[in-house]
Amino acid sequence: MSTRLARLGRLIDKNKPVHFTFNGKRLRGFAGDTLASALLANDQMLVGRSFKYHRPRGVVAAGAEEPNGLVNLGEGAQFEPNQRITTTELFDGLVAKSQNHWPSLEFDVGAINARLSRFLPAGFYYKTFLFPRSFWKHIYEPIIRHSAGLGRAPRDRDEDTYEHFNLHVDVLVVGGGIAGLAAAKAAGEAGARVLLIEQTADWGGRAMVDAPQIDGMAAADWVNSTLQVLEDMSNIILCSRCMGAGVYDHGYALAYERLSDHAPDQDGPRHRLWRIRARQIVTATGAIERPLSFAGNDIPGVLLAGAVRDYAVNFGVSVGDRTVVVTNNDDAYRTAITLKEAGLEVPVIVDARPAPEGPLIDQARALGIRVATGKGIAKVLGGKRVTGVTLCAQAGEGAVLEEIACDCVAMSGGWSPVVHLWSHCGGKLTWDDAQAMFRPDGTRPPTGADGQGFVIAAGVANGHLRSADVLADAVAAGKAAAGAAGHAQVVIPAPVALDADEGPLAPVWLMPQGASYELRAKAWLDFQNDVKVSDVQLAAQEGFESVEHAKRYTTLGMATDQGKLSNINGLAVLSDALNAAIPQVGTTTFRPPYTPISMAAIAGAARDEIFQPLRKTPMSDWHNSNGADNEPVGQWRRPFAYVREGETVETAVHREVINARNNVGLLDASTLGKLVVKGPDAGKFLDMLYTNMMSNLAVGKCRYGLMCSENGFLMDDGVVARMSDDTWLCHTTTGGAERIHAWMEDWLQCEYWDWKVYVANVTEQYAQIAVVGPKARNLLDSLGGMDLSALPFMHWQAGQIGGFDARVFRISFSGELSYEIAVPAGQGRAFWDLLLAAGAEFGVMPYGTEALHIMRAEKGFIMIGDETDGTVIPQDLNLHWALSRKKDDYLGRRAQERRFMDNPDRWRLVGLETLDGSVLPDGAYAMVEGVNANGQRNTQGRVTSTYHSPTLGRGIAMGLVHRGPDRMGEVISFNTVEEGKTVAARIVDPVFYDKEGAKQNV
Amino acid sequence: MSDAVSALQGRMVPGEVTVREAGLRGMITLRGDLSDAALRAVCAEVTGCDFPDRGKITAEGEMALCWMSPDEILILLPYAQVTGALARNDAALQGQHYLAENVSDARALILVEGDFAREVMAKVTPVDLHPAQFGPGDFRRSRLSQVPAAFWMTDEDTFAVICFRSVAEYAFDLLVASAKAGRVGVF
Repeated sequence: MSTRLARLGRLIDKNKPVHFTFNGKRLRGFAGDTLASALLANDQMLVGRSFKYHRPRGVVAAGAEEPNGLVNLGEGAQFEPNQRITTTELFDGLVAKSQNHWPSLEFDVGAINARLSRFLPAGFYYKTFLFPRSFWKHIYEPIIRHSAGLGRAPRDRDEDTYEHFNLHVDVLVVGGGIAGLAAAKAAGEAGARVLLIEQTADWGGRAMVDAPQIDGMAAADWVNSTLQVLEDMSNIILCSRCMGAGVYDHGYALAYERLSDHAPDQDGPRHRLWRIRARQIVTATGAIERPLSFAGNDIPGVLLAGAVRDYAVNFGVSVGDRTVVVTNNDDAYRTAITLKEAGLEVPVIVDARPAPEGPLIDQARALGIRVATGKGIAKVLGGKRVTGVTLCAQAGEGAVLEEIACDCVAMSGGWSPVVHLWSHCGGKLTWDDAQAMFRPDGTRPPTGADGQGFVIAAGVANGHLRSADVLADAVAAGKAAAGAAGHAQVVIPAPVALDADEGPLAPVWLMPQGASYELRAKAWLDFQNDVKVSDVQLAAQEGFESVEHAKRYTTLGMATDQGKLSNINGLAVLSDALNAAIPQVGTTTFRPPYTPISMAAIAGAARDEIFQPLRKTPMSDWHNSNGADNEPVGQWRRPFAYVREGETVETAVHREVINARNNVGLLDASTLGKLVVKGPDAGKFLDMLYTNMMSNLAVGKCRYGLMCSENGFLMDDGVVARMSDDTWLCHTTTGGAERIHAWMEDWLQCEYWDWKVYVANVTEQYAQIAVVGPKARNLLDSLGGMDLSALPFMHWQAGQIGGFDARVFRISFSGELSYEIAVPAGQGRAFWDLLLAAGAEFGVMPYGTEALHIMRAEKGFIMIGDETDGTVIPQDLNLHWALSRKKDDYLGRRAQERRFMDNPDRWRLVGLETLDGSVLPDGAYAMVEGVNANGQRNTQGRVTSTYHSPTLGRGIAMGLVHRGPDRMGEVISFNTVEEGKTVAARIVDPVFYDKEGAKQNV
Repeated sequence: MSDAVSALQGRMVPGEVTVREAGLRGMITLRGDLSDAALRAVCAEVTGCDFPDRGKITAEGEMALCWMSPDEILILLPYAQVTGALARNDAALQGQHYLAENVSDARALILVEGDFAREVMAKVTPVDLHPAQFGPGDFRRSRLSQVPAAFWMTDEDTFAVICFRSVAEYAFDLLVASAKAGRVGVF
């Protein structure tokens, strides 16, 4: 059984007990424990079930690489699934529940999948698609959905807060082990601004456990004194519980700080996402130990040798009383020595190498530990817990030589440098045959805009496993990074480190090397996703030779641990199956984040009111306190209608239309874009941007204009007013203001750079109110000021109205007598209030965007985004009159001359009147006989705008119909969402109301 | 004529770092040839400030000249003086190619005051705010989270932020949330 040792446990405080619950069971740990160490101290070895076969799963590792120990953590508003127990610091009141089992962790019905494993081979998921289609929907999907999946999705809103923090530094050092500390110190002493981050709460990394001697001191003392030095340097920032998550182009890096996961009652944000711009990045990210592939290596109680050592030294936890160590290298002997010295039994060290030699081996032997050389594990015995192992010759096929009882197996297949951050942005790897590892190729780093590398790997992460090499490499990396960031080189001696000599390891990718199918089918590569040696071999056999294909076919490395333990072993098995060298097979792509980071940290402060910017006009507060039912228009929220007591939105819209048609309505038009275009070449410029002429517009007049993209398609429209000899004011659509401003700047900066034109976006300088209806002039006249009777249609004038400085544009999008009045935004609300007060006697009512839409549709006016969708040209909308023939050119003209554009065979704008007076469904298609090549019904048009017209008391619509204007009077039928039901509509003129324009020309 | 009001009418949320809308401020966008003597002269005449270098602001009380781009200057001045200043501009630059527009009402001005104001800003803008890189006299056009903004420091503990009027509430709430979340401990 696993239990707490009487001594050891450098990170825990035995005077501070901490209580927590696991699956409802109340347990005790100590301050400083991780959830994993506390569970092991309580003999809770079983922590979950695997993804596919629901095999019992125990802790394998002690750090970020752990694939099995994932739990549902917390409750209610603090609930979070898939939390890794090896990186979860214990706190009082912690509540954890294991995942992926039913009804209980100990008895899981889903484990039947393991019995069916021969029917669930590699590529099972894809192979199901080969069966009849109906099987997928009714059989496979429900079964897979039920049996797959790890944690529960949260139900409650997250009650915590999160934030981002931007920081520029010369050098970012990722990893707070001895390499990171030494590199940060070297860079700092050279004068660089340095950020040093460490993913755990504890500095010093593996050196704190393996305890080399550094500069004549114990490693822990060196770490503490170095930390002290770094803390005193004003140009170095230290941050623990902060993981380097990703490295991106231009030295951009993301780091993920967990501020209060270990202390949920602490004030302030829970997580902080650091957005770092570094000139240079040093990755001192250490290495991850590899498992060995032998049968039963997934049975709870089989751990990485380094993890077994960590649990003993850091947390005073023995994973088992009798631990068999199995290895292909010297380092694992440290585990045996540590355990033996702690008074635990190590019945045997199984070393796959025929004749290992070295001080660690001698030391183990001197402690009386038996070393079985040239041997391997044939099979681990046990179900939910290891009960023993059988040994065999590594060189053989697995014939059992002896059986040894034990309750823990500590395995080590060697170490793989953590090359993730090096690789995220394109750093290349090289295969180190002697150490059997991929390590960063220093000659091919990720490069920045200047073609120079901006990431330097240091220490163990750079393939140096011995402490002396680690520190020399780290100091060199720190100096090089500071130098590349522009700081002068200084002489900085590397600390001198001493640790035990180690002999060469022997690569072991399968144990025993000739293992039978039976054994290979029980030799796990990916513990979380249930991928075994036999699966990868099957993938190779079925032709999935690329490592990326084999990964997806088998799901190797696709679990939440992203293959931290399985990748190298898996590709070694693949390369063997393909009879190719490991570097020829290569690795899969390393992608950020290094380990999962919370979605909330990515969102940062963006939630609730500040989830996204909501733009407000000076009148928005009035709208919102007067029944506005808003709709999003870009980031604005515009009133769709102002709903009164007892009204529905629909009846409110109808009231607003009727009132504007009969009395007077007010529309908040402040959101429309207003771009000032000024300069000697402004007229020429606008003639290029608009399809019609703007240069010959007289001062004081307004003209409706269309803008097309170079491809000829309509992109915006609006009224242009000539303000003075060299100045025009261009109105854009609400959503188009920023886009058209950028469009103008683009042409001015990149194409017409020698034209003298300046553009300014003054959209928000003005509150603009449309006063619309037969009584509009009466209302404005009652305010006093400008004489509006002298202002003709499509003219504008500046002056005073009711004491306000105003520009009045007499333009109409409703067909009514209409004035758009612009006043400074700071006075917009006061002017609105004045119009409402003075308008009472004329029956004034504000109206929303839906009434605006209905009134323009009654007049047959098009709306960008309704009648256009990026594929529509002005000719489709019968807007030939707005395409100037007097000009040499305008943007889009040449495209419109292409034969499929200048063609009568297009869908063109018409009005549509249903025979029964009903409202056509929005987006409905006009159908025609026959089906196309895909078996879909042929169509001849579609509805672009459709409303109930309160003015006419019937449904009206506009649509694009094949050769529409040539087919006036014809009745065509439109589909509905009800299968088989169609609506008949007659093709008519799109102007439904006041065709002569009598109402606006008063 | 009614009195003009600023976007948030002087809203303030006090705290270790206080966020306060500064009320109305006159602002004129001036685009033209920034090397032109007449343009530089009228800027100096209107504000009493030296012409700023790239990325800088020169300020004197409510008057300031902010370098916006190679062909754009933002003139800050008391709200009531804008009309007069525009007229002086037009007179001085007559016959030249330039653009001068009143944008006072299109903007909001927010102050972030307190000893970790620098960190409050660094939570929401990607600009390098290390004291060696950014201090009083520097001016940046960048963004506050999801909206464009420009800012400068009026003293070691105070940032002045200009954003568009329509997003004043967003920018204000964002700064308040960042201030409330507390110190990072870096600057």
